[in-house]
Amino acid sequence: MDLLSGGEMIARFLKDEGVEYIYGYPGGAALHIYDALHRQNDVKHVLVRHEQAATHMADGYARATGKPGVVLVTSGPGATNTVTGIATAFMDSIPMVVICGQVMSYLIGEDAFQETDMIGVSRPIVKHSFTVKHPADIPMILKKAFHIASTGRPGPVVVDIPKDMTMPNEKYEYKYPESVSLRSYNPPAKGHSGQIKKAVDLLIAAKRPMIYAGGGVIMGGGADLLTKLAQQLGYPVTNTLMGLGGYPATDDQFVGMLGMHGSYEANMAMHHSDLILAVGARFDDRVTNDPDKFCPGAKIIHIDIDPASISKTIRADVPIVGPVRQVLEEMLTVIDEAPARSNKEAIGNWWKQINEWRKVHGGRYDTTSDKIKPQAAVEACWRATNGDAFVASDVGQHQMFTAQYYKFAKPYRWINSGGLGTMGFGLPAAMGVKMNMPEETVVCVTGEGSIQMNIQELSTCLQYGLPVKILCLNNGYLGMVRQWQDMNYEGRHSNSYMDSLPDFKMLMQAYRHEYVEIRTKDELDSKMAEAFAMKDKLVFINCFVDPEEHVYPMQVPRGAMRDMFLSKTERT
Amino acid sequence: MRHIISVLMENEPGALSRVVGLFSQRNFNIETLNVAPTDDPTLSRLTLTTFGSDQVVEQITKQLNKLIDVVKLVDLTEGQHIEREMMLVKVRASGAQRAEVKRTVDIFRGNIIDMTPSIYTVQVVGESDKLDGFLLALGGTHVLEVVRTGVSGIARGEKTLSL
Repeated sequence: MDLLSGGEMIARFLKDEGVEYIYGYPGGAALHIYDALHRQNDVKHVLVRHEQAATHMADGYARATGKPGVVLVTSGPGATNTVTGIATAFMDSIPMVVICGQVMSYLIGEDAFQETDMIGVSRPIVKHSFTVKHPADIPMILKKAFHIASTGRPGPVVVDIPKDMTMPNEKYEYKYPESVSLRSYNPPAKGHSGQIKKAVDLLIAAKRPMIYAGGGVIMGGGADLLTKLAQQLGYPVTNTLMGLGGYPATDDQFVGMLGMHGSYEANMAMHHSDLILAVGARFDDRVTNDPDKFCPGAKIIHIDIDPASISKTIRADVPIVGPVRQVLEEMLTVIDEAPARSNKEAIGNWWKQINEWRKVHGGRYDTTSDKIKPQAAVEACWRATNGDAFVASDVGQHQMFTAQYYKFAKPYRWINSGGLGTMGFGLPAAMGVKMNMPEETVVCVTGEGSIQMNIQELSTCLQYGLPVKILCLNNGYLGMVRQWQDMNYEGRHSNSYMDSLPDFKMLMQAYRHEYVEIRTKDELDSKMAEAFAMKDKLVFINCFVDPEEHVYPMQVPRGAMRDMFLSKTERT
Repeated sequence: MRHIISVLMENEPGALSRVVGLFSQRNFNIETLNVAPTDDPTLSRLTLTTFGSDQVVEQITKQLNKLIDVVKLVDLTEGQHIEREMMLVKVRASGAQRAEVKRTVDIFRGNIIDMTPSIYTVQVVGESDKLDGFLLALGGTHVLEVVRTGVSGIARGEKTLSL
């Protein structure tokens, strides 16, 4: 057994836990830990330019791999700067461990320099948090933190470490804890078999079924099984914003995303369905629209690992609490053994109806306009990347256009802040993916508003050679804000216009990155190809798109799933 | 409807703030709350009363159960249970009122636990309704101070909330 200081234990534990990269920023209370990191070569630290970006980098990595991302920051401002990133991860159930320095334990509560009650500040946005009270506890606390962050419904965990817990000269025995048990934390390991049978009976008998799959399918590693189940049954599938890629968007059984900016056919099919199989989704307000008007004729089967997600907003008829993989596996077995097969005639009619709905809107947009439509830019990006890139997005219209028009065929490739809607997420998230998957094409789709919220990270990209591609759909407005102002505030564009944008070309020169500009629609494909051909360079693609464009369909506020605006002049 | 939720949780700093924080964060209401260590020093027992529809109370118990510090919980109002609350009341009692207050205390099976020539301090134990009733019965008496512990409860018979 080795004798290690608290700081050394942290470094050693991360190595033993299999962590390759951590993202962070040093400062007084974390200096012992940073010194320990300096004296080893196993765990690599990535120095960001702002702590928020460290959390988004860790988050992007976690979303692309399903493994927890790790952040290291100092106390006070270092810790509070991570709050937005922790909340982002919390809302989307992303595994993350945030290690924060803290002032000396004997100074806590005295308003010491750079002291913040980080446990208190982060309490509503973490799955759990720990304060280290003795250096010898560090390995077990970190083990618990990783365990809690990555099992059950994943989420961020904060570990607050007072500086005197990491003193270089105070050494304790270190042993990597191989296992961990918590008497008050036992995530469900298996769905109830009786409920699964009941669900399969309903599925087989359904006449107008819908499979509604969310981010839980991806984080639960169940995308392949969900695809198998859907194809075995031949039922239509819709994904939430978080669930995109959980079923291949290129497949005919996929009817698009659902919800506020969901496809016409997905929302219509949901509204008229008689059975909804919800998998790893949480019926959030951007999906259901008015919950009282939600899918009036549908029975609901709800599979989720978090019992609190079930019947929170929409009552489930058949709740199944369990890991998505295990439940889907058992469902497939039960379907195999079931005497009856699905109702071919009813399902045939259902598809006929859905295909009629597909013709109504079908993701159309104005292709005759002289201006570059943002939808066309996303489609060009899809072509340039063979539909196979990891795409991180910021928040706003560009995010919705990407969700609608970049047809994700695989899980883990769509990296976006769905629940919190964090502008500034895209670039650092893309960096986190690229850092860990250097061979993959990684795109950040953003807007000229969002990109400026973490633009300082261009410097980090230079330092670590992170050749992500930034596709900026530049419309000169905070597009989604402007859209709402057009629709709800008679076009009064209060503060949704940003004067004095930086000269992005000069900015890229300053950071020694590449710059490509797209001003006309006929150069979309060629310029996009030019940008993506620069494999080893960060390229900022400044694509000037139509500022007037709105995202459609858009659900009518407080309506049912089927109530939508289809364009500036049409509604259902 | 009123519910009494009894929670067994880790006796650790921060555990209480997580429980209380959850209520404000999720817009649940807390009517009464009390908490103290149990015979097992690693565990605290927290009892709270809340009002809400069945759906809200279901969410409350599910969200509480998600807290890592919460080991076990039970909604006592789902079964037969006993509940008690203790109240200390300081009243001005002089002249004729002295005997009147004493009579009321006796009727409610309370105790006068401290006195001065002009003041009684009364202890009353019972269900919350009884405590409310006592305060009403004091009528015109000058009440100087009221301290209530909040509800504690326990299931009847064999049922226990323990590890």
